[in-house]
Amino acid sequence: MFLTQVLNGLQLGSIYALVALGYTMVYGIILLLNFAHGDIIMFGSYVAWIALVQLGLNPAIAVLLAIFGCVVLGVLIDKVAYAPLREAPRLSILITAIGVSYLLENGVQLLLGADAKVVPSIIDLGTVQVFGSTLSGTALLTVAVTIVATVVLTLLVQKTRLGKAMRAVSEDMGAARLMGVNVNSTISFTFAVGSALAGIAAILYSMAYQQVSPTMGVMLGTKAFVAAVLGGIGSIPGAVIGGLIVGFSEVFVAAFGLSVWQDAVVFLLLILVLVVKPTGLLGRPVTEKV
Amino acid sequence: MAHKLTRRRFLEVAGTIAGSFALAGCSPKNQDPNSIYVGVMGPYTGDVAQYGLAVRSGILLYLKEFNKNSGAGGRQIVSIVEDEKGDSTEAILVYNKLLDENVCAILGDVTSTPTIALAQKSVLDNIPCVTASATAEDVVAHGNNMFRATVTDPFQGVVLAEFAKKQGYQRVGTIFNSGGDYEIGVNNAFVQRARELGIEVVSQQGYPTGAVDFNAQLTSIIGLDPDAILAPNYYQDNGKIVTQARQLGCKKPFMGADGWAGIIGGEQDYASAADLEGCFYCSAFVASNPDEKVQHFVKAYTEEYGEAPTNFCSLGYDAAMILCSALKTVEKRGYTYNSNEYRQAIIDAIASGVVEGVTGTLSYQGTGDPVKSTLIITFKDGKESIYDTINPS
Repeated sequence: MFLTQVLNGLQLGSIYALVALGYTMVYGIILLLNFAHGDIIMFGSYVAWIALVQLGLNPAIAVLLAIFGCVVLGVLIDKVAYAPLREAPRLSILITAIGVSYLLENGVQLLLGADAKVVPSIIDLGTVQVFGSTLSGTALLTVAVTIVATVVLTLLVQKTRLGKAMRAVSEDMGAARLMGVNVNSTISFTFAVGSALAGIAAILYSMAYQQVSPTMGVMLGTKAFVAAVLGGIGSIPGAVIGGLIVGFSEVFVAAFGLSVWQDAVVFLLLILVLVVKPTGLLGRPVTEKV
Repeated sequence: MAHKLTRRRFLEVAGTIAGSFALAGCSPKNQDPNSIYVGVMGPYTGDVAQYGLAVRSGILLYLKEFNKNSGAGGRQIVSIVEDEKGDSTEAILVYNKLLDENVCAILGDVTSTPTIALAQKSVLDNIPCVTASATAEDVVAHGNNMFRATVTDPFQGVVLAEFAKKQGYQRVGTIFNSGGDYEIGVNNAFVQRARELGIEVVSQQGYPTGAVDFNAQLTSIIGLDPDAILAPNYYQDNGKIVTQARQLGCKKPFMGADGWAGIIGGEQDYASAADLEGCFYCSAFVASNPDEKVQHFVKAYTEEYGEAPTNFCSLGYDAAMILCSALKTVEKRGYTYNSNEYRQAIIDAIASGVVEGVTGTLSYQGTGDPVKSTLIITFKDGKESIYDTINPS
């Protein structure tokens, strides 16, 4: 039973981590809390639902379509809503992000209805018996995919030219532009990568919880945002650690019979970390340049 | 050349705008002497829209039939339908708007939380309200003007505990949304009554509203090996709970209240037929009930909307029936439309009437809560059927 609970925590934490990575990357590069990020996941899940239920496509194609749909939507949101506000005060772009979030939620609700849609199982992995505990195959897959995604992302940011450009833009946008970095395409690329992670999260979420609804991204996004801040927003390992902490605390609080306090514990943890370490666990303090 | 905005000009413009608003507020609306205006409110968009839409379909179907049968003393019922999106603040805005539209009674609200807001506000104006489906105990506690067609959350909890005793369950676990009035109401009443009846409640697991992952709670409950699990939530959550429990290897029956209606057999199934086999829920209505009134309703509803009615549709239909039969009585008295005595007469007529509804014959005995029998419904091969009837004591 203990092992089952550990895997429950890992599964939930992995999904939070994938979403938190999207938050942290966009924040890292343009200091924007992209509140529409949770809704991109919602969009991806709906793409999967349409592909599987409405069009009856092969599950593999549905997965690719969902990820592709998220990438297109993420880049589109940046181009249409955020890019024109690049030089505007940060508050304007933040409010725009909230507006985009509402637009997506209500848009999907208008087109597809308010009720939850049931996503049929994409792949049946059955269960695995380990030391007398029943472990769900879906949960194991979720954890594996998250590990691979994090490794690939870290390599991308640390080892490639595009990654170098991303780090340069994040350090100092003006200087990067002077050094010949194409700032706009770098930002677009960041949105594409963050949204691809959202697409993967959307698939894993649909596999684990079977239902999608227009407002599913709200709580998922909030928890992942907490995870990103907890780990230190802007930091890739921070987002993963934050996600796992949030997932584990939720599962273990519930396992100890205090499930009513689940959300309270998560937010309390955030407050405690921020009081002790205002930049989050792995965040770097940034000195304001004048 | 741009107009210079002087203070004088500003005051002129502001005055004109304010004046036009004031006039709009005074202009009498909806004064046709051949009509009775009834407000219909509910969530038609948002998270709980499904309930609002179902209740509205039932209400509008009854009003249509009622008007066809020459209405109340020759006057036609005109419904004014407004969406409150499942939100208490919106519900009050809608209420004020309906009063401006000269309604004499309201059919609403649909879910418990906004209905409580409506009850607190409408008692000040003594507007008769009939809610089809709001089940929290508080709904009728604010005044005599509020009635409901459905039974209460605690009543359902008590019925389920008595049913559990009848089934011979010794140990029961519960998993419920600890952020919802409805779920808490059923759960607490169930736990209290179950303990009185000598059933051991092994574990009560709450979860926050919007939760999707119930594995931790279910792992804890299943570890205590109960005979049955109470899940008194709405069907979307129950679908996930039952599915996740079966994935964890649990084969015990789940029980629930009328929020289960719609879990299977609707547009889509929220849990598979195999996972639901042998689960129970209590409800006032099931479309397969052979009763003549029920069959007339099911036929008329299916002809009108092209789909079978749910529990919520039937409660909407009965709520409209309760109000309309009172309006029929009141119209014979000759009061001025929408005067204080007119509204009070509607309230008195509802309180003393007996209505043969599709969710059972119901009457009010001094409170806004109806007295009626409850059906226990079970699942077999993905089909719902009546398993038992629990009569009011």
